[in-house]
Amino acid sequence: MTTRVGIVTFPGSLDDVDASRAVARAGATPVPLWHGDRGLRGVDAVVLPGGFSYGDYLRCGAIARFAPVMADLIPAATDGLPVLGICNGFQILCEAHLLPGALTRNAGRRFVNREVRIRIENGQTSWTAGYQPGHEITVVLKSGEGRYVADQRTLDELEASGRVLARYASGNPNGSARDIAGVTNPAGTVVGLMPHPEHAIDALTGPGTDGLGFFASILSALADA
Amino acid sequence: MTASAAGEAGHGLVTAPDTVALAARTPDRAQPHAELGLTDAEYASVGGLLGRRPTDSELAIYSVMWSEHCSYKSSRVHLRQFAEKAPPTTSLLAGIGDNAGVVDIGQGYAVTFKIESHNHPSYVEPFQGAATGVGGIVRDILAMGARPVAVMDALRFGAVDAPDTRRVLPGVVGGISFYGNCLGLPNIGGELAFDPCYSGNPLVNALCVGVLRHQDLKLAAARGPGNQVVLLGSPTGPDGIGGASVLASASFGGGGETAKRPNVQVGDPFMEKLLIECCLELYAAGVVVAIQDLGAAGIACATSELAAAGGTGMAVTLDLVPLRDPSLGPAEILMSESQERMMAIVEPGALEKFAEICARWDVPATVIGEVTGTGRLIATWRGEVVVDIPPESAAEGPLYQRPLRRPAGQDGRLADDPAPLADAARSGPGLADRLRADLLALLGSPAGADKAWVTEQYDSYVRGNTVQATPHDAGVLRIDEETFLGIALATDGNGRFCLLDPYAGTQLALAEAYRNVAASGARPLAVTNCLNFGSPEDPEVMWQFAEAVRGLADGCLALGVPVTGGNVSFYNQTQDEAIQPTPVIGVLGVFADVRRRLASGFGAPGEQIMLLGTTAPEFGGSLWASVVHCHLGGRPPAVDLAAERRLAEVLAGAAEAGLLSAAHDLSDGGLGVALAECCLTGADGPARSGDGIGCTVDLGTDPFTALFSESPGRALVAVRDGQREAFARLCAEHGVPAQPIGFTGGDELAVAGAFSVPVGELAAARRGTLGELFG
Repeated sequence: MTTRVGIVTFPGSLDDVDASRAVARAGATPVPLWHGDRGLRGVDAVVLPGGFSYGDYLRCGAIARFAPVMADLIPAATDGLPVLGICNGFQILCEAHLLPGALTRNAGRRFVNREVRIRIENGQTSWTAGYQPGHEITVVLKSGEGRYVADQRTLDELEASGRVLARYASGNPNGSARDIAGVTNPAGTVVGLMPHPEHAIDALTGPGTDGLGFFASILSALADA
Repeated sequence: MTASAAGEAGHGLVTAPDTVALAARTPDRAQPHAELGLTDAEYASVGGLLGRRPTDSELAIYSVMWSEHCSYKSSRVHLRQFAEKAPPTTSLLAGIGDNAGVVDIGQGYAVTFKIESHNHPSYVEPFQGAATGVGGIVRDILAMGARPVAVMDALRFGAVDAPDTRRVLPGVVGGISFYGNCLGLPNIGGELAFDPCYSGNPLVNALCVGVLRHQDLKLAAARGPGNQVVLLGSPTGPDGIGGASVLASASFGGGGETAKRPNVQVGDPFMEKLLIECCLELYAAGVVVAIQDLGAAGIACATSELAAAGGTGMAVTLDLVPLRDPSLGPAEILMSESQERMMAIVEPGALEKFAEICARWDVPATVIGEVTGTGRLIATWRGEVVVDIPPESAAEGPLYQRPLRRPAGQDGRLADDPAPLADAARSGPGLADRLRADLLALLGSPAGADKAWVTEQYDSYVRGNTVQATPHDAGVLRIDEETFLGIALATDGNGRFCLLDPYAGTQLALAEAYRNVAASGARPLAVTNCLNFGSPEDPEVMWQFAEAVRGLADGCLALGVPVTGGNVSFYNQTQDEAIQPTPVIGVLGVFADVRRRLASGFGAPGEQIMLLGTTAPEFGGSLWASVVHCHLGGRPPAVDLAAERRLAEVLAGAAEAGLLSAAHDLSDGGLGVALAECCLTGADGPARSGDGIGCTVDLGTDPFTALFSESPGRALVAVRDGQREAFARLCAEHGVPAQPIGFTGGDELAVAGAFSVPVGELAAARRGTLGELFG
């Protein structure tokens, strides 16, 4: 049995094809999950991909959080199902209160499409176990609302408990608090990341293969479990 | 104002529409055809072909369908040359006249691509104007049965420091970013240029490319009487119907109560994304007989074109059209340019499946009529026939042979040669310092500057098949993940060259786009174009247009690449001031193996740099003359299309054989700017390569000409170690002059015996310009 990783497609999801490709490249089986369907088709982990779910109307991720599939995903994630939210997926996880904080308009008020260096701060999560802490990788940032914010107490707690997953390491491209590019839940199973590791899996089409580690990590995490 | 039979009914209170029956009974009723843009002769000809006066709704249809924008009435007599002079090709699956040309790229794949203008709306409302420009061209591609896979934009604005440019440019870029990013289409390249001639008439030309399997090709022809006409996508609202508002107020006696209607449409990229996925699923399910996007002239255009192309008739019930504003009358419903709509022809038995797929994607779909065998387009509203016309009469439109006149100032422009300026620059004391200063001035100019301020706002990665994007010479996409079949696309235009000589200037634009594609390592295959000009009613503008089309048709024949389609944008002028004639040419190329593509930047130190082609002292219309001397005159560089073809053979051949590590075409600014770009771009684009890589070159006894001449047919290449002999052989075989000029390496661009500039200083010269202007 290969590992089955669900990729949720909401109306307006865009990087679902990329997330599927990355999952397959890492050696797992991508399983499409439809926003309007109940049930998770027995997947071992889930990726919420980037895009503009529901057109980003109201607020990024605010409507997707109420999609039928989320009614099953939220309790499963709470019970330990590994979930990676990338970009819009990160926004959805915050809206669903599976992760703290919020993503707001970039400090520069413009969309930013750029390759960025990020430093992996926590190499213990289901999605980053393949990286050493302090490891710097190059991935792609492409977002208009990628500025991570949270109140001081939350930020302090995140720092103290090692829940800052990754930080921008080549300048802060969007004004995120404490250069935060991604965070994790206390269990290290639910992870949100603003830049896109799935766009860094092939030197032909992206900045090298640094991002593949996220998808390889979940395979080994599940194999060890 | 003319009172109609509807009496005093104001807008939104229309009780009795102008019907066919009424039109027959009231032949003398005055109609506002002039306000709608129809000439007296055109209006009379409508009456002649209908045998009665048109109804208000029919008048609306003819006024938009016979507009320059929809009918190409001034350009068609010239555009015929693209077919008449088409080079022999077996790769065209659909061509001019379809929504977009379709090109066979092998392995069962076809590519469809097209570039279209949204100039006027983008000046009025830059954000929505540009956004809906992207949306419109994407639907054109979708309507061919293809999945849209990338977009590009060719943009031109007024003087970079003009106050209005600060309004228009950020709005346009923001609109493209908003719409394209939200659609999930990578933006893989384009152009950005500035000239005061565009200050009241910015050019926003959007290109989309799509991919399909041969058998999935869809043509917009309504066949099969009894088949259903389905409108899908957004509900219809009062968008882009300024003309119809004139009609409503004039014919319904609205008096002072003219409804304020927005003339620029508002885009909803989310609905467009749903429409794309929904249509692709409909195609895959085999439930679409034909499909057409709704753009200019909305339902009027889609129904008449579908029926005309099918040689059938169509009967639609306008009351069935889902409305966002229930007060719309029949003419407004027909003319509305509400975005994110398509019209499909569906067999009755497939309707259920069709509706099921639309429901899955939350895309509203409504049957509004059916295909008939009557040869008439008939529309009813509230039980009355408001339209009854032969559809081809609307779809075809009149044809004009407008008068042409070579501009009075043309000889003066040609005589104003910049050679004396070049002679002065070439000699005299302080040459080395002046060369260095001029190069930095070109790099810091808006034309030479780093465009990252713009391109960073566009998603270039989504869908994961982007191999190269800006700042490389061409956008490069992987089409097949197993076989690595790939394509390259480039667009180019040069208003300065075209002003001096529209025939040669257009060929120079074609040659540059062709060369860009070849420099990426692809083999050029087909051409699209967006022809931006002033008023066709000005004989001097019309002469420029005729010359440009003739140049393009001759050029495509010489290069062996067919024109697959295009778009004409006239009336880009403010009062008597027309823009520079600006044909923007897009060239598509194909890679058998996209892993063999060539980067446009230096990748490794110690590699030999070769200059391919021949350099002559040619400065007419050059960037150097423009930036350093504000000069525009003389003859543009001489075009040699046979040489371009040989150069392309060498570049594509060398790429396939793996002889080169970089290739970059020479164009605006000449060799100096090209060398700087090669140093800064690196093998993988600026973000991936860090600080760039320098070079040392020897430019002989006339470094001024070597650095700044804009002779076409040239490229700069870096030859892989161990491949110099093989590459020299290849150049000799094709008769392409190849001159070794130096080596890559170091951290500065050094011209032996003249000057050097640290790579960091080159970067700084280019980087700040746009960011400082637009924040």
